[in-house]
This record gives sequence, C-alpha cells and structure tokens, in this order.
Amino acid sequence: MKLSGAEIVVETLIEQNVKTIFGYPGGTVIDIYDQLQKKNDRITHVLSAHEQGAAHAADGYARATGEIGVVLATSGPGATNLVTGIATAHLDSVPLLAITGNVSNSLIGRDSFQEIDISGVTLPITKHNFIVHDVNELADTLREAIRIAKSGRPGPVLVDIPKDIQQAKCEFNYKAPVTRTEGEPASEDMVHEAARMIADANRPYIYFGGGAVRAGAGALISELADKIDAVIGCSMMGLSELPSKLDRFLGMQGMHGHYASSKAMAKADLIIAVGVRFSDRATGDAQKFSAGARKIHIDVDAAEIGKNVKVNLGVSCDIADFLRKLIDMVDYKRNPNWMTKIEKLREQEKEQEITDFLPEQAIKAISEIVEDDTEIVTDVGQHQMWAAQYYDFKKKRTWISSGGLGTMGFGMGAAIGSSFGSGKRSVLVTGDGSFGMNLNELATAVAYNVPLTVVVFNNGVLGMVRQWQTLFYNKNYSNTTLTDRKTDFVKLAEAFGCEGYKATNEAEFREVFEKAYKTEGPSVVELIIDKDDMVFPMLRPGGSYDHLILDKEDKA
Amino acid sequence: MNRNSYVVAVYVENKSGVLMRVTSMFNRRGFNIDTLTVGETESPEYSRITLTFSGDQDDLAQLVSQLKKLYNVKKVEVINAEAGIRRELLLIKVKNSSETRGDLRDAVSVFKAKIVDYSADALCLEVTGDSTKINNFIDNMKPFGIIEMCRTGIVALERGPESILTK
Repeated sequence: MKLSGAEIVVETLIEQNVKTIFGYPGGTVIDIYDQLQKKNDRITHVLSAHEQGAAHAADGYARATGEIGVVLATSGPGATNLVTGIATAHLDSVPLLAITGNVSNSLIGRDSFQEIDISGVTLPITKHNFIVHDVNELADTLREAIRIAKSGRPGPVLVDIPKDIQQAKCEFNYKAPVTRTEGEPASEDMVHEAARMIADANRPYIYFGGGAVRAGAGALISELADKIDAVIGCSMMGLSELPSKLDRFLGMQGMHGHYASSKAMAKADLIIAVGVRFSDRATGDAQKFSAGARKIHIDVDAAEIGKNVKVNLGVSCDIADFLRKLIDMVDYKRNPNWMTKIEKLREQEKEQEITDFLPEQAIKAISEIVEDDTEIVTDVGQHQMWAAQYYDFKKKRTWISSGGLGTMGFGMGAAIGSSFGSGKRSVLVTGDGSFGMNLNELATAVAYNVPLTVVVFNNGVLGMVRQWQTLFYNKNYSNTTLTDRKTDFVKLAEAFGCEGYKATNEAEFREVFEKAYKTEGPSVVELIIDKDDMVFPMLRPGGSYDHLILDKEDKA
Repeated sequence: MNRNSYVVAVYVENKSGVLMRVTSMFNRRGFNIDTLTVGETESPEYSRITLTFSGDQDDLAQLVSQLKKLYNVKKVEVINAEAGIRRELLLIKVKNSSETRGDLRDAVSVFKAKIVDYSADALCLEVTGDSTKINNFIDNMKPFGIIEMCRTGIVALERGPESILTK
C-alpha cells in the first residue's frame, strides 16, 4: 500500500510496539500530528508544556520500562529544545528516539524559517543520527534508529525528517519489531582469568552501575557475592537494582555515597566493576582511586575499558552472560577478616548518624508510605543525594534520576514519562531550584491526570552550590539565595489545577504526604527545610577516599 | 608514558557527513590528530581515512575503540611501522634565480622530486616519500626561499596480499 511519509512514521512506530510518544506540534510536523490524531486508538501522544519536558518524559518512560522512549518535535526551536533531554539520555545511556521535522529539502540550507541543522547540533550527544532525504528509506531508517538506540550500550538516536518527505508517498510493508543486539558472549579465557583473580583476593568488592540495571544483573551480582564472600556497592546509576536492605549491599559509593560503601571500596584488594564507567563523581582522583586494589571491569561498551581507570582485566561482553559463567567457575570462598572489617565500617557509619535531620526523616517517611513499586524520580542537587542515600529501594527500576549530565529540571518530565510507562504512581523528589526550571509540566500532569506526587524540598537556596560555597568558597553565597522569590507553592499548585500542601516538620510532612499520595492525579507537597542542611559524607572534588568530609565541622 | 606517532586506517561508509562525525569525535574526546587524509578505495561503498596521531598505547586503544563505536565506521586498523608503506606528497613553490638554479636542480635530483612548473622567478616542485624525507626536503628548500607549500598528510598501506577491509 502507498502511504505518505507522515503515515509511515506513525505506522512504523506502531509496528515497532511503541505505545506512547511525547511531543509538541509545530509547522514541520503538522503532517505527522495529523496522522497521530487519526491513529490515536493504536498510539497515544502526550502533549507536554515544552519540548524539553517531552524529551525528559520519553527518557523517564524508557528508564521505567526498559523500552525505547520516543519524542517528537518540530524543526528549529522545537528541535533545539530537545537538546538537554537528548544529552541527559546520552550521558545515562537511555534508549531514546527523537524525531524532528525539518523544513522541506528545497528550503534546507537557506536559513529558512525555523530551520536548524539539528543533526549537526546533536552530533556529539547522540549515539547516531539520520536525516531522511528519500521517503523510500524512511521506514527502514526509523527501524534502524530504534535498533541502534536499544542495542549494546543504549543511547539516543535522532531522525530528522524534512516536511516534503512527510508528504511524499511510497510503498509501505510491515516488518517485525527489531530486536536489540546484545553484547558478545563472555569468553571462557576471560572468565577463567577473573576466577583466578578472585581466588587470589581476600577483600573483594563488587561495584555495579547503570549497565547492571540495563542487564537486570542484580540477582547474579548477589549470587556471586554470596559465593565468593564479597560485599557490594553501586554507583548512583545502579540504585534500585538491588534491594537497599540486602545483607551484603553497602549501598551507593561515591562523592556522597555511604561511608561504609566508599571506605570498603578504598580498602578492597579486588574490585569487580560491572556496568560502570568510573565517573569522576564515583572515583574522585582517578589516579588514587582504590590504588591498592586489582580491578576487573566488565562492560558492554569496549570503549569504557581503561577510559578513566586502569584495570587489570577488562572484558567487553554481555555482562549477564559473564556473571553466569563466572558464578559457575569460581570456588566457594570465605573471607572472615574482610567481613570483620566491614562490620567495623558499618558500626562507624552508624555512629555518624545524626538525629532530627528533616531531609532524612522526609525521605524515610516517603519510603514507608509509598507502595514498593512506586518510582522515585528526582531532580538534581541536595534533595537528589538525600533521596539516593535514605530511600529504601525494594523493586527494580524504581530509581529515576539524571546522573551523568546532572540535569536540573529533569524531574517533572521524567516523572510524567515514568508514570505513563509503568502505569504506576511516581513520586518526584525535587528542590525549589530544580522545580523552578520546568514546573510548567505541572500543566501536563494535570491535563492527563498523571498519578504523580511532587515533593519540593524548599530551602530557599540552591542548596548544593551553597554547600560548596560554604565548604570551599569561604561562604561567599554568590547568586544562590532564592528567598527574594515570593513563590507560594501551594497556590502555584492550585493555579495549575491540582492540590498543594505545605509542611514544616516531620509530623506535618507525614500527614500531608500520605494525603497527597492517596489523591488521584497530581499534587504538590512543599517541605520547608533549613538552608544550611548539607549532604554528608562528601568526597572533596578530585579528592581521595582516605579523606571523606563527614560533617560541617570536618575540614578533611 | 611513551608518546608515539601512530598511523590508523579507517574504512568509513562513503556518505555525506561521515568525515564530520569522525572529526567531531576526535574533538570531543580531545585526541591529537596530526594528519588526516580521506579518499576513495577499491570499494565504491567505502572511503578510507588515514590519520596519524600522537599518544601512548592507552590513548591509541581508546582512539580505536571510540572509532569502532561510530555507526558509519566499518573497519579500523593500526598500520604498524614495519609492515606499513607510508607516503606523503608535497607541492612546494620556491624562489628561482640564475644563482640558485643549479643548487635547486641538484636537490631535485637527489630527492627524486619533479619540477612541475617553471618560471624565471619561481619553481613548483613535487616530491613524494615518507614524512622524514618530506621534512628533509623542506629543510633543504628553506635557504632558497619557500613561497608556498602544501602537503597531503600520510597515506599508508600494509605490505602483503591482503586488504584490511576483508582480513
């Protein structure tokens, strides 16, 4: 059958099992929107308030489901508004398909109205991108874009479609949904070498990240740790792959990681790194990072091996396959001295606990009140670190947060997208700074009655930058105080058409949060916290784990 | 760390914008590319980029694996010094005068260069060879007065009967 390019776009998405897409119309995508409306019984389009919100929503959808997220925008400003969302997905390896319209081929290169070279703009922040110059190639290009986005180490792919291609007609035939290409199977030699290194080690530490989440490798990691008597830690991107309360799991390590987890990593004699990329936020000074430990690095992306940290054994392959073979090959082993040491670190961590810390109380209250499969979405800053530190994760893929790019304003879109993806209620933990960036998406949440509880930690400052200013910039609080803003978050919520609540202490918070959580549709809870609350422990940027800053008085 | 110069051959799909994708990656990752040439190959589907790059072994491994991640890159091969034939072409315009003409002719003959354009005031010369020879030739031309020059950057093939595309 002969279809127009616009129809092919929609039919190909449906063919590839895309159920929901996010976007915003404009001049060069009217044809596609025309078709979306006609086929809305088979594909749902969610209209955002701003293209950035749509991009983050597609990203949140992908993180919650593991399926590809799709965003659609018009040319020019529509396309450039996607850029932060695409970059966020790129840095966190999220499978995302961004479709943009462009001006007709005859107008390209003439600085036409709303013309931008979005392929050029997004070159360094996409896994790959395409411009479609021939309608006959449109369907296969979209299929290939989806395959690339999902395969190996996932990432964003952009397809730019000029308007005349959307209007041109050609033959269209359905094809089967593309399957993702996994990494190579693990080679026996490499597994053997890893097993030998494990046999030689007395203080093993398994360190996993987003790649392990992608591979769903939590159970394998836990099984390996049991067999070789290792402890487990994760990067921020690894959160929720294992339950927080799992016995061998010390939690997140890194700049604001748990004390015992970071310290154990520094004291280990073998680090088995699974699906991580050794970001500077995780390693501090890469030269000094766990210098005494031998390192095994398993990642699906060969370019990650040796990129940031030198390793003794680097393996690029399907990590689940590697772990399965390794579990079979390693000998059962006990490391009693290591476990004693770990117990000590855990006790030290306990001793550092402070009481009556409202951010912690609030996160713990959320943990207790919500269902186990509620997604915890965050923006970026102190609230994000508190959520990462104190939330009690029970189910996989319930942590949705911008790690690599650290995108303030990520949360509103991502939370909407994750709710659409999972069909479950999500809770956005945000700050007054981050929320201020994309709170326009409350309009979207209200329009679609999205089950979303927004918790705004309001300290009237850009807390994380202020924390750095306090610790490293002689308390020169340049441009981080927001108290001149007169935003009333309760009224703001009401103005957007949802309920707003305010709390100033733990008891109030518990009460209003529970109420908000049980309210159908979206709602906003504002929690007033102190502007000088800080996130600890803290690794000085570029520092080493020998010196963790533990509290406000600590000048380590 | 030992900094070396490496020659890397890259087969890429013969499509518009591919060179930009490759060079954009170099720029983003901060690789030091010294020379880069691109041209047709035995297969119309592919172009071959030959680049020289300074760094240590780790940098080289990183460069190769980053290149392999690019969608349009089909094959990446490091051409090692022993097994590779490396050539560069230089076009150089030098001042010509009756006093220097004889010395210039001598240099041209020793370096197996060719005179490709002649006027009373200037000679245009062409010379091919490895980079050391080209550098030496340029040094020899300096006293005569170099008016203008351009060099292609290195192209390289491995010795033996195989193509790196199919091996």
